[in-house]
Amino acid sequence: MSIKDLTAVVGIGQTEFGRLEQNELTLACRAISLALDDAGIAPHEVDGLASSTMEPNREVEVARNVGLGDITFFSQVGYGGGAACGIIGHAAMAVATGQCNVAVAWRGRKRAAKSSRPWTQASTRIADKNMWSRPFGMLRPVDEIAMLTRRYMHEYGATRDHLANVALASRAHANRNPNAAMYTKPMTRDAYMDSRWISEPLCLFDNCLESDGALAVVIARRDRAADTRHEPVIVHAVAQGLPPQHQTMTNFFNDDPLRGPAWVTARKLWERADVGPRDVNVAQLYDAFSPLIPLSLEGYGFCERGEGGAFTDNGNTQWGTGALPVNTSGGGMSEAYVHGFNLIVEGVRQIRGTSTSQVENAQVSLVTSGEGVPTSAVLFTKAR
Amino acid sequence: MLETNDDRLFVPDLDDDDSRPFWEGCALGELRVQACASCSQWRMPPRPMCPRCRSLDVTWVVSSGRGTVWSFVVPHAPLLPGYTELAPYNVIVVELNENSLIRFVGNLVLGPNAPINSIDPATIAIGEAVAVVFQRVNGIALPFWIRAPS
Repeated sequence: MSIKDLTAVVGIGQTEFGRLEQNELTLACRAISLALDDAGIAPHEVDGLASSTMEPNREVEVARNVGLGDITFFSQVGYGGGAACGIIGHAAMAVATGQCNVAVAWRGRKRAAKSSRPWTQASTRIADKNMWSRPFGMLRPVDEIAMLTRRYMHEYGATRDHLANVALASRAHANRNPNAAMYTKPMTRDAYMDSRWISEPLCLFDNCLESDGALAVVIARRDRAADTRHEPVIVHAVAQGLPPQHQTMTNFFNDDPLRGPAWVTARKLWERADVGPRDVNVAQLYDAFSPLIPLSLEGYGFCERGEGGAFTDNGNTQWGTGALPVNTSGGGMSEAYVHGFNLIVEGVRQIRGTSTSQVENAQVSLVTSGEGVPTSAVLFTKAR
Repeated sequence: MLETNDDRLFVPDLDDDDSRPFWEGCALGELRVQACASCSQWRMPPRPMCPRCRSLDVTWVVSSGRGTVWSFVVPHAPLLPGYTELAPYNVIVVELNENSLIRFVGNLVLGPNAPINSIDPATIAIGEAVAVVFQRVNGIALPFWIRAPS
C-alpha cells in the first residue's frame, strides 16, 4: 500500500532559538504544547510519538509532562541529521496504517548538552568504526565532511564561491526571519572569505550554528484534519535511504563516496510522488555544512552530477531571485541548528503561506535530511 | 619506530576481534588488508562477513603500502586537548595502488619519525604518491604516510 496523501501536518510549534536557560525537556514540552494548540488538538488525543535516537527527551517524560493519554505507537529514527524527515515518515506511516490516530514528532536540543556533542565524550580507546579515522586527528563532523568536500571540489571544479553562495543565501533569508538566530546579522562575501578556517577547505561560515531550541509537528489523518485550526499540509511522499557499502560520515570506503544516501532516498521519493524535481517550488535542504547543499541538489535531481555548485550561482537558491529558493528560514546555518527539524517546520509554513520568505503560491515543498549519513526526505503539498 | 606517549591521543581498542590482525600487522611493519578466504575479495575496514559471498572465513594479505592521496583536510583549533597543540595538521585519505576501493585515513608526515604537522599543507595535492611508515602511539603501532616517488 501507499501512504501518499493519507496524512497531514495539522500543527506546528517551536521555541525561540539561541542560547537558552531552560533545559531540553522543558523546551521539547513547550514546542509540543504549542504544536497541539496550533492544531486545536487536546493532549489526550495524541496516541503516537516519533523522535530521534539522539533525542534526550524520552517518550515517557514527554507523555508525563504534556499529559498525553494512551500511547499505542512510538518509534525512533537513527543517524543524527539524517533522521528528521524519517521521523515524519514513521509518524505518517503509523497514522496512515491505524497504529495511532494523532502522532507528535519532535526534536529538542541544547548545544552544550552532552548528548549534542558525542565526539567530545569518546574514550581514547576506540572500538567502533571511528578507530579508522580518529587516531589520525579526524575528530569532528566538520573534518569528515571537509574530506568529501575537497574531493568534490577536485572532481567537479566546485569552488569556495559556490559554498559562499549557500551561506549568503541562508543568511539573507535569516535576515528576513525575526525568529532566526542571525536575524540582525547580515553577511558579505568578503566576510565569508575572510572568516577563520575550521577544517580546510571549510571555514567558519560553512558550518551550521550551535543552537538551543525545540520544534514539534502534529500529524493526523486527512479526515481528522477537517476541523483543525489551520489548512492541513499534506504528507505527499516520504522516503528513507541507505545505499550499499555506505559508512556514516566517514564514507570514504566505497566506489563512489560522493553519491551518497540522498540518491537512493530521492529515487524512492520521486517514485512515490506524483511530482518531480521540476515541480518543487521551494526546498529545505539539510545544511549542517554548506557543501551538503550542492550534493543534495544533485542527489535529488535538481541538476546533473557535478553541477550543484554552479546551480547556486546568480542567486538561484535565494528567495526573490532564484528558481529554487533553498532554506528560506535561514536553515541550520543561519536560523538554528536543531538537527534539521526547523527545516521541516519551515517546509510546512511554505505550504501554509506563512514563511517570512514566502514563495508565492507554493504547491510543492521538499524537505531533506542530512546527506552523508543514512537519510530521509519528505514532500509536503497543498490539499487538493 | 617513533614513540609518542600522550594519554589524550586516540588509539584503536585492540580488544576488537575483527580489526586486531590489522594493528598486529602494523607492529610488524606490515600494512595488512582483510580479504575473504572464500572469494578472495579485499575489504577494509575489516568486518566479520564478506558482503559479496557472505563467507565468515577471513584471511589477511600484506599490501605494498603504496598509494595515492584521494583527499585531505587541514583541521584547525578548536580541537580536543592533545590535538589543538598540533593544529593545523593534515589528515589524508590514501587509496591503495593495488585496489582503489581499499582506502585508509592517515596523516602525511615529512619522514618516518616526524609529527603530523611536519608538512606544509599548502604543498599537499590529491593524486600524489605516498608510502606507509609506522609510528607507535601509546604503545600501539599506527600507519602514517610519507611522500614516495610515483
